Amino acid sequence: MAEAAKTEVIKKKAGPAHPSGDKRFKLLEVTMKRHQFRSDALIEVMHAAQELFGFLEVDLMFFIARYLKLPPSRVFGVATFYNLFSLRPKGEHTCVLCTGTACYVKGADALLDAVEKLAGIKAGETTEDGKLSLVTARCLGACGIAPAVVVDGTVKGLETPDSLVQQLKGWLPNG
Amino acid sequence: MAIKTLTIDGQLVSAREEDTILVAAREAGVNIPALCYVDGLTPVGACRLCLVEQQGTNRLQAACATKVQEGMEIVTNSPRLHEYRKMILELLFAERNHICAVCVANNHCELQDMAVRHGMDHVRFEYLYPQLSVDVSHEQFGIDHNRCILCTRCVRACHEIEGAHTWDVSGRGVRARVITDMNQPWGDSDTCTSCGKCVQACPTGAIFRQGSTVAEMERDRSMLQFLVNAREKKQWNV
Ligand code: SF4
Ligand code: FES
Repeated sequence: MAEAAKTEVIKKKAGPAHPSGDKRFKLLEVTMKRHQFRSDALIEVMHAAQELFGFLEVDLMFFIARYLKLPPSRVFGVATFYNLFSLRPKGEHTCVLCTGTACYVKGADALLDAVEKLAGIKAGETTEDGKLSLVTARCLGACGIAPAVVVDGTVKGLETPDSLVQQLKGWLPNG
Repeated sequence: MAIKTLTIDGQLVSAREEDTILVAAREAGVNIPALCYVDGLTPVGACRLCLVEQQGTNRLQAACATKVQEGMEIVTNSPRLHEYRKMILELLFAERNHICAVCVANNHCELQDMAVRHGMDHVRFEYLYPQLSVDVSHEQFGIDHNRCILCTRCVRACHEIEGAHTWDVSGRGVRARVITDMNQPWGDSDTCTSCGKCVQACPTGAIFRQGSTVAEMERDRSMLQFLVNAREKKQWNV
């Protein structure tokens, strides 16, 4: 009941839906409304958008630009400035490699080499079949177990190229 | 309007308090090298070519973005500054593909002028030779990223004077590029009014008028300042 009332309110407050009829646009609109469509809420709004859609598609960024009255080039500029925003769909699995100082000293570059070779992609890319995304991050705060990686949300430490390749190769055709 | 008195290269200079060191120096006949600064646009201090020494501090100041202060003692030229400026220029050259001999802006290029002025006859850094695109989808203009130095003059001219904000910068570091709208071809941009202010603003051959061939691309930079004055000081008698 409460849920239904809430949807009702949302329906009333939000303006015309996105022509695609995709409900997520409506949810995003509610978020923007909560920020009074202020242009300085751009980063928060993009976070919300990425959470809803998984990544920031061009169409989605135009939608945000229109509502926040921001030039498209500014929205694109901000979206590409921060590593956290992704303009392409993420792979089914993700491997984040820490390249912070401690992990670097403990051989993060060898891990990166090994994964790049195994998957045939560079850091920041996703395999063509959409199976694996490879991301690097500067310090996960897990220096005690350097070199640290995060595989599908689970932090793992003291990795070697071999141990990491073992974990990932099942997802890759040439693994 | 308060007046400040300062010394620039040993010369006593008086300036309006809202003036920057760069403007005050120029009025006193001292031409401080600058690339990202252009009259009529808000300074951003991006290129660091205008760095000057200030007596009493070891920190160098960007002359284009630092306001004058009473009693300042500024040195605009020294072996140290010369060396830094030359290094900045070399880094700019190494970062993209600046090949003057085939450039539309040859002989009308501020980057080239600066290199000549500083006697930059070779580059000590490894060239990056990035693979960059040229976008000629716009019916009158084109952008060649090989020659862009990311001064953001186009971005500011488009935002501050034309008010269209077609341009912005995407990415960062070595991957930074100027973009039009949603990083789409310039010709597909909905916001571009084809006013050509970015063409006037660009210091190099990066933004050009189509149909210009080698060394043909001259510009009228004073147009930007003229427009700003006309608007802000209501200089038209109509
Ligand atoms: S295109 Fe020209 S004006 Fe724009 S940032 Fe590059 S060099 Fe500067
Ligand atoms: S002219 Fe001052 S930093 Fe570029």
